[in-house]
Amino acid sequence: MAKEDQWLDEEAGPVVRPYALTRGRTRPTGEVLDLIALVTAVRGVEVDRAGLDPEHLALLRMCRLPTSVADLAADLDLPLGVIQILLADLRARSLIAVHHPAPPAQLLDPRILKEVADGLRRL
Amino acid sequence: MAFGGSEAYGRGPGEAPVTIKILIAGGFGAGKTTLVGAVTEIRALRTEEPLSGPGVYVDNLDGVAQKATTTVAMDFGRITIRDNLVIYLFGTPGQERFWFMWDELASGALGAVVLADTRRLADCFPSVDFFERRRVPFAVAVNCFEGARRYRPEAVRSALDLDSDVPVVLCDARQRSSARDVLIALIEHARRELQQARAAGTNA
Repeated sequence: MAKEDQWLDEEAGPVVRPYALTRGRTRPTGEVLDLIALVTAVRGVEVDRAGLDPEHLALLRMCRLPTSVADLAADLDLPLGVIQILLADLRARSLIAVHHPAPPAQLLDPRILKEVADGLRRL
Repeated sequence: MAFGGSEAYGRGPGEAPVTIKILIAGGFGAGKTTLVGAVTEIRALRTEEPLSGPGVYVDNLDGVAQKATTTVAMDFGRITIRDNLVIYLFGTPGQERFWFMWDELASGALGAVVLADTRRLADCFPSVDFFERRRVPFAVAVNCFEGARRYRPEAVRSALDLDSDVPVVLCDARQRSSARDVLIALIEHARRELQQARAAGTNA
């Protein structure tokens, strides 16, 4: 990492460098994940590190338990767009599973929204 | 509070985790970050957004030819109700030039809080318009800043031309209990809205 960093000076700007990680890609292949989609590393698979960057591996470590896309972006301190691309790479290799959030209509279960309101009252 | 993004959701093996998205909107300086911070630890994520319009000239472009994007920081926070039930609060970027980000943000949101500052009430008009047009349930929270004249909720409702069912709550965004009450008002409003939508759907 340190050696590579020397190739970039401040003039490269804060925008360019993160996308070096994605080899210039600015859009993920496939769908863009919701900020509250939960990502979980698939267990029991051998990870072939060839072609994976340290950031891919860091993501895999961070989502051993289901973790939201927003939390991953905050934890790894990389722009959301970069996280989306790295996650798409991991999905393409079947290394992560994604749990999409339920649309609000499905939250109508009165039990859930009552539980939310009650939970907030306990704050 | 543990906030490392790695708390277990997996208490019940068969139970699907539920994540709920709530947006905190309002004009620049209306207290969005304060409100999120009153109920949970604030986290920040970065997004990169295309530069367009007048914003281009605001950003420092020294040394970067044709810089086409800019970094926008976004605050969020997480409230764990229990295992497998977590609320995420996202502060929407306040500046007008980043509103195009809202569409993606608003998708799938259960509801929104629009923070209003009575000294600059017009600042929250665009947020109100946005959520009305997209039929995202929202509550208006009037942040009672010190030194600002107090208005009754009904006066604010009238000034904002809100539907009678939109909750208008006076709050102090710094106070946990006050911020919490705003969220509860929104959840209960969202539940009523969803029930109405469902009833309308079955009658149609």
